[in-house]
Amino acid sequence: MTTTGETTNGRTTVGPIAFVRASTVPAQKPPVLVGGPVAWVRANLLSSPLNVLLTVIGLYFIYLIVPPAVRFLLVDAVWTGDDRNACLAETVGREVGACWAYVGFRLRFFVYGAYPDGELWRANLVFVLCLVGIVWLLSTRMPRKGLGAVYFFGVFPVAAFILLYGWPAIGLRRVDTSLWGGVVVTLVLAFTGIVVSLPFGILLALGRRSRLPLVRLVSVIFIEFWRGVPLITVLIMANTMLPLFLPGNISPDKLLRPIVGVALFASAYMAEVVRGGLQAIPKGQFEGAQSLGLNYWQLTRLIVLPQALRIVIPGIVNTFIGLFKDTSLVSIVGIFDLMRTIEVSLADPRWSTPVTAPTGYAFAALFYFICCFGMSRYSIAMEKRLAAGHDRQGTVK
Amino acid sequence: MIKRTIAVLAAGLSIAGAGITAASAATLDQVKQRGVLHCGSNPGLAGFAVADDKGQWTGFDVAFCRAIAAAIFDDPNKVKFSPLTAKDRFTAVQSGEVDVLIRNTTWTMSRDTTLGLNLGPVNYYDGQGFIVRKSLGLKSAKELEGASVCVQQGTTTELNLADFFRVSNIKYEPVTYASAVEAVKAYDSGRCDAFTTDASALYAERLRLTAPDDHIVLPDIISKEPFAPVVRHGDDQWFDLVRWTTYALINAEELGVTKANVDEQLKSENPEVRRLLGVEGNFGEGVGLTQDWVVRIIRHVGNYGEIFAANLGTNTPLAIDRGLNNLWNNGGILYAPPIR
Repeated sequence: MTTTGETTNGRTTVGPIAFVRASTVPAQKPPVLVGGPVAWVRANLLSSPLNVLLTVIGLYFIYLIVPPAVRFLLVDAVWTGDDRNACLAETVGREVGACWAYVGFRLRFFVYGAYPDGELWRANLVFVLCLVGIVWLLSTRMPRKGLGAVYFFGVFPVAAFILLYGWPAIGLRRVDTSLWGGVVVTLVLAFTGIVVSLPFGILLALGRRSRLPLVRLVSVIFIEFWRGVPLITVLIMANTMLPLFLPGNISPDKLLRPIVGVALFASAYMAEVVRGGLQAIPKGQFEGAQSLGLNYWQLTRLIVLPQALRIVIPGIVNTFIGLFKDTSLVSIVGIFDLMRTIEVSLADPRWSTPVTAPTGYAFAALFYFICCFGMSRYSIAMEKRLAAGHDRQGTVK
Repeated sequence: MIKRTIAVLAAGLSIAGAGITAASAATLDQVKQRGVLHCGSNPGLAGFAVADDKGQWTGFDVAFCRAIAAAIFDDPNKVKFSPLTAKDRFTAVQSGEVDVLIRNTTWTMSRDTTLGLNLGPVNYYDGQGFIVRKSLGLKSAKELEGASVCVQQGTTTELNLADFFRVSNIKYEPVTYASAVEAVKAYDSGRCDAFTTDASALYAERLRLTAPDDHIVLPDIISKEPFAPVVRHGDDQWFDLVRWTTYALINAEELGVTKANVDEQLKSENPEVRRLLGVEGNFGEGVGLTQDWVVRIIRHVGNYGEIFAANLGTNTPLAIDRGLNNLWNNGGILYAPPIR
């Protein structure tokens, strides 16, 4: 390439070059067949004969399941009514799907159980306080996480207990736990389980890796004992057999017993999850920390646990979700959690129709799904945030 | 029923525990001191124990608990209900967790004699029955020749069914399902000609059918299932109180004393009514209460007939016929000893 230039003071200046573009050509979209939805379908759904077959089978299953489900849950559903007549095909005069009127009528019972009418605000306040804590801790934009943790794990449980159970001294009427029910009980069980099991599980995991034989032995025995028995056995022991072993006048609260059982049970599982994370930390991290002069607790708190916990987030959330769903087992020992309240309400002749039971269970499924899916999404967001400095292979960028 | 089988097993396991608490005496004093009656109930059985939309318990069995509370406290709401599963129920009585168990519990010899419990008297006579399509035009279960019968697997119901048809020398085809829900569904879809379970439950299951009015419950009852309240051994005064509460409810119906007219009846000339309501004699003190104990019961919960009508009777969705549960002088077998 030559330039038309003139020499001034021994320097060559470069003039405008007519055939070179001064600005970048705007990028064009790739051809539809390479980058559009058609391409996506071709690449992901129809890339080989096997994939074509799988796609067809998949579509067939969607066709089999989704339209009838939508039909039952939404199109044919009954939304209003006062008793079973609203949801009977013969009185409605058409095919009847889900009887949401029944859920609406029973909603108060599903959420609060037999909690007294005048005191419902207390349960509502607990819900609000819980929500505040969750948003505070989970949202990335909120400040003062440390204070938030103290609130959520320290202040909130005490406040919730006082609110729900009552404290006559400050004017809150006592509400016996036998009156608690529905979502309140499910959340109380799950929340206690989660709040107790994480710290307790971490301690047990550290204990199991401890060099002190007694600590290690106690941790191992605890973990193996609780992992070795099914949860349902624990619950039946707690609620059916325990009263027989205790003197007549000592009777621990009927709701407290399964709560303790569930929390201890979850702790053992949590301990093993956390231990998996601890074992994944390279030895160099320990040695490096020790060479800096950190003692055991500093090393654990500052170096090991932050890394170990990040690794096992999927496992921890998995345990939480499992725990949340396992709380429905308490219905077998007569605790009125959400599942139990639904099953109990099915006995009510006022609403018994062919579609009542499917509707009740659909409602339960919806509730559990929303909660568990929420936890799952949050854990993925959390992983991404904590892994900001790492790409997927785990190498530092 | 499976539940019942499990209950017997569980109860058998806990016999050892029975002895521990059998000696606890003066239940009435404990109840009075506590200010609330602990009553074991069914967690959900149509007509017998159902939590309403506010979580308040209603039902036939529940009314009997409320009657005891009314007799003691003059307040039918001073009851704490412990909903118990079939396998928990006897341990709950043995351990003292509940003072009385009124939970559609069949009175059998083994339960009465080996579990450290006392049962009785019967507050509801149940038995296994059949439901069939009206279109079959059947009048009796004996006409079920060659019929297919849906039944829940591994239950006493299934055994009773086999006994009944063998004794009657009728051929039938049992179609068994793991749960009652599946069995009802199969019957509804036309898989079987008949479905069988306890008669009281048949009426509730009937409501779950697509067209309940196309089905009838046959009059035949092929097994005896007398339901009775349960208390611990070792406190006869308390047992007396529970028994005579049931008797008082039955006697009140027999004498025509109702919720509405109980105050008028106090002026009755009929000596039986006067003794029942404590105007004459002092029978309430015999069970540790005051003489007007029956007045309190009737005023709050009504007599046996009223309880039945409100929870199970023909004006309720269940529409159960009084049948055996009618008074002895009215075609049934309810017969209470006199108060005198």
